[in-house]
Amino acid sequence: MLEIKCPYCGKRSQNEFSYGGDANIKRPELGKEVSDREWDDFVYFRKNPRGMHLELWHHVAGCRQWFKVSRDTSTHEIFKTSKINEEL
Amino acid sequence: MTQKYRLDKGGLVKRDKEISFKFNGKKYFGYKGDTLASALLANGVHLVGRSFKYHRPRGFIGAGVDEPNAKVQLYSGAKTEPNAVATEVELVEGLVAKSQNCFPSVSFDFGEINNFLSKIFPAGFYYKTFMWPKNFWYKIYEPIIRKAAGLGVAPLKPDPDRYEHKFEYCDILVVGSGPSGLASALAAAKNGARVILAEDKPRFGGSLLTDEVTIGNKKGKDWADESIEKLKTMPNVIVKKRSQVFGYYDHNMMVMFERTKDHLENPTQYIPRQRLWYIRAKEVIASTGSIERPLVFGNNDRPGIMLASAAKEYLKVYGVLVGKKPIIFTNNDSAYETAIEFKKNGIDPLVVDVRKNIESSVIREAKNLNIKIKFSHAIANTKGHLRVKSAMIGKLNEKKSNFESLEEVSCDCVCVSGNWTPTVHLSSQSGNKLKFDETINAFIPNQSRQNENTIGSATGSFTLKKSLEEGFNKGFELSNKITKKNIKSDIPISNERINEEHDKLWCMPLPKNKNYKRCVDFQNDVYVSDIELAIREGFRSIEHVKRYTTLGMATDQGKTSNLNGLQLVSNIEKKIVPEVGHTTFRPPYTPVTIGAIVGREVGKDYRPTRKSPMHAWHEKNNAVFVDAGLWLRPRYYKQGKENLYEASKREAANVRSNVGLCDVTSLGKIDIKGSDSAEFLNRVYTNAWMKLPIGKARYGVMLREDGMIFDDGTTTRISENHFHMTTTTAQAVNVLAHLEHYLQVVWPELDVNVLSTTEQWAGAALAGPNSRNLLEKIFPEIDASNEALPFMGYKEADLYGVPARIFRISFSGELAYEINVESGYGVFMWEKIIELGKEMGIEPYGTEALSTLRIEMGHVAGSEIDGRTIPSDLSLDGMLSKKKDFIGKRSLSREGFVETGREKIVGVVPIDKKTMIPEGSHLVEDSNAKLPNPKLGHISASCWSVEYNNPFSLAILKDGKNKIGEKLYALSPLKNKSIQVEIVSSHYVDPKGERVRS
Ligand SMILES: [Zn+2]
Repeated sequence: MLEIKCPYCGKRSQNEFSYGGDANIKRPELGKEVSDREWDDFVYFRKNPRGMHLELWHHVAGCRQWFKVSRDTSTHEIFKTSKINEEL
Repeated sequence: MTQKYRLDKGGLVKRDKEISFKFNGKKYFGYKGDTLASALLANGVHLVGRSFKYHRPRGFIGAGVDEPNAKVQLYSGAKTEPNAVATEVELVEGLVAKSQNCFPSVSFDFGEINNFLSKIFPAGFYYKTFMWPKNFWYKIYEPIIRKAAGLGVAPLKPDPDRYEHKFEYCDILVVGSGPSGLASALAAAKNGARVILAEDKPRFGGSLLTDEVTIGNKKGKDWADESIEKLKTMPNVIVKKRSQVFGYYDHNMMVMFERTKDHLENPTQYIPRQRLWYIRAKEVIASTGSIERPLVFGNNDRPGIMLASAAKEYLKVYGVLVGKKPIIFTNNDSAYETAIEFKKNGIDPLVVDVRKNIESSVIREAKNLNIKIKFSHAIANTKGHLRVKSAMIGKLNEKKSNFESLEEVSCDCVCVSGNWTPTVHLSSQSGNKLKFDETINAFIPNQSRQNENTIGSATGSFTLKKSLEEGFNKGFELSNKITKKNIKSDIPISNERINEEHDKLWCMPLPKNKNYKRCVDFQNDVYVSDIELAIREGFRSIEHVKRYTTLGMATDQGKTSNLNGLQLVSNIEKKIVPEVGHTTFRPPYTPVTIGAIVGREVGKDYRPTRKSPMHAWHEKNNAVFVDAGLWLRPRYYKQGKENLYEASKREAANVRSNVGLCDVTSLGKIDIKGSDSAEFLNRVYTNAWMKLPIGKARYGVMLREDGMIFDDGTTTRISENHFHMTTTTAQAVNVLAHLEHYLQVVWPELDVNVLSTTEQWAGAALAGPNSRNLLEKIFPEIDASNEALPFMGYKEADLYGVPARIFRISFSGELAYEINVESGYGVFMWEKIIELGKEMGIEPYGTEALSTLRIEMGHVAGSEIDGRTIPSDLSLDGMLSKKKDFIGKRSLSREGFVETGREKIVGVVPIDKKTMIPEGSHLVEDSNAKLPNPKLGHISASCWSVEYNNPFSLAILKDGKNKIGEKLYALSPLKNKSIQVEIVSSHYVDPKGERVRS
């Protein structure tokens, strides 16, 4: 079980959190014309890197804030966590 | 006299507390402090089981967790426990154990015929033989193999015991209480760190319990006892025995299995049987020690042949002689200590040492005691069916590849030592890439990627002096990183025997023309010849050899066999061991009961139960409840001898003709506030929200980005910047997380706050043509006319002093209102409505009637919004705004979503107007078509229409809208039903929706 530092609450065990996927994904702007390919990239396609991964987590059983985590997908090492509006 | 092999004195058992127990139906006696193994050995019982495959007689090999043979079934009935390890089972009065894997008895076993037929049962036998014919596998091979090759038998009744979980944090977790573990715990504790010291055995001290050493001029065991006493008095220290740290997980999460009850004579009622500890440690010190390896030679698996260290432990801890005519067979010095202990207790051992005449302090000591030693000798074979009775001992030739002469020496036990294997499971599990140490022929820890620190003999350094140094130094160094107190402990002076190097010979040659079975993995019955065969057949990777031969895959996880197997593969392949590599160490290190893993999460405690404030009223009024997610909701209110169908029909009919009351508290409710609330709803829902007037509700559908319908519900504008959203019971939690994601991550610029208020409001749905009349009685001061409170209208009102919200919304399709009050007033509201509605004939209705009402109205719910449907599939096209963008909109124009002929919602009525169509039935054109019969759609929900008094179902049907009027078949192979049906509109009742607006 990972130990994740919520930027608002501090270190907590993984079972308080839920995973929210790749933090690099940007939703296309509302109302903007996007090609099928761009839209599919946003909805379906994700990289599956071995190593450093920037991802979103949600402190569901805590402060209910979404935040960013940089984690090594092969060792589970967590390098840093930050609030959504902070650079990681 | 029983306990013929028990010494008069010595050991740590309490001879004044005799305990009786039963093994294989026979009564024996032992002492308090015994294990089942030591007590059986005290009675001269070596034969404890049969080997897994060939059913060869087997005895004890070890004295602890490494034991591969002595797996027993404890007790019977609900409390029975399979695969208990006799060396780990503490003796208590009335203990009942029996051997596993033998029929009809351990001394006479039919399965033993496999041993004589072993030529047809080689490695991979099952893979090769039972491949054909396919049908035979299920009917013949598998049942027979299962019966013949089973381990213990799982209990069939619920576990009567109680198990607990505990969460703990510490600076330093020390695993193992041998010299290095104790030293590090002392040093770290003195330096102010929060320390947990865990010991698997019922006694602290590890090797200090059996080794003749001194620490600080005290006997090793006395130093251990004093150290533990000292640690126990310190407030920053937890010491735990009977506690196995079996797993090293991510971020230094350690899991420990504590045995809390089974060893107690009179446990109190509420003591848990076992406890699982989740320990998050800043640093882990693994002082897990080492395990002796067996030597491999002809018929080395007979009862009476065991590890020399185990023989010493039985003698020194339990005062038990494992035999009275022992042969000690070794390739190193440590086994001499066992020989010396025998000699000191009046038993003459014979030492067989594969090394040439060698000098060391312990050998000199043995010689001075007149112990007979045969250097350059080895055991080639043993005899004795149910217990070893003699050994063929021979002089090894110069190259140790053959025997020069052989003589038969009688014996009643053989104590073997093939040197020591560091216990590195925790290091390995922590992500430590182990390295091979050629001086000890074993793997030792290297660099870990977690805060794991292995010390003592688990690193392959087998001297006491070094263990103590490492322990004190590591304990100080790690604690000082955390506490920075700089309090150092002195390292006490120690005294021990110094050992010479071991000999690398561990697998004895076979005498010419002999083909003795030489066992490598005792529990899984893997022999030298099996591994040789696997390699001949082309298996190279150790992981493949392991799986093909099952080497090291038994419940002992190959503690005594893995390394010997590896050495054998590398010898045959003429490679060095590190090139062959090692198999992966996986938790748990020792077996853990399912009960401990599950803990208290059983039965109703498996998950939380959510109840509405009116729950007690429902109970009092004969509600039969149904699980709706975590919620318990009334399914129907039973009157007299009614069944589900009769009751739900009555309840639904009363709504259609009169007025009913339904508890809708479980619906998700989300409070939405902020100046951008309307804009946010406009993005979240598919329809338009900007112009919703204050005091009005609107039905909304929300999509996922992939275009699938996510949830639906009504949302009401309470004031300009304040909305009250409702969600389905099932999706309430997910919708909130979804909204939070968009507000925090995607559109943080929006000024909106969301908060779950599901539990703050109690909800009651008042439905039926008479609901307005009743509403007027409940709230006499409001104008409830169709003009003043129209469909989708909202009003705040006063319910006898209690603030209430009235929403004119309807799920049943009838004229209906939903009334919300704060949860604490839920019962008051409910009872008031029932009281005032009594003369009108109000009846409460449950979820079954609710389903009936919505199905025949064609209102969609979870069975249609199943994550695979888009709005047009469910005739919700009208809900899609063309003027604005919303979540998931772009997906709706993707190829697959615009194609004609998608599955659409329709209604289905059986032609006979009698047969209920099972939910999940497939719709097909021809009921007798060849399989697989092409599926056109499926039945999503079924009910008995109270409006038309015949069955009605909703279905998702390919090109459904163009199939209305057609006749198809609904097939349910599960229910063995084939029903001819007619496709009709999904809006079976009141298709124009006049009633809700009436
Ligand atoms: Zn938090």
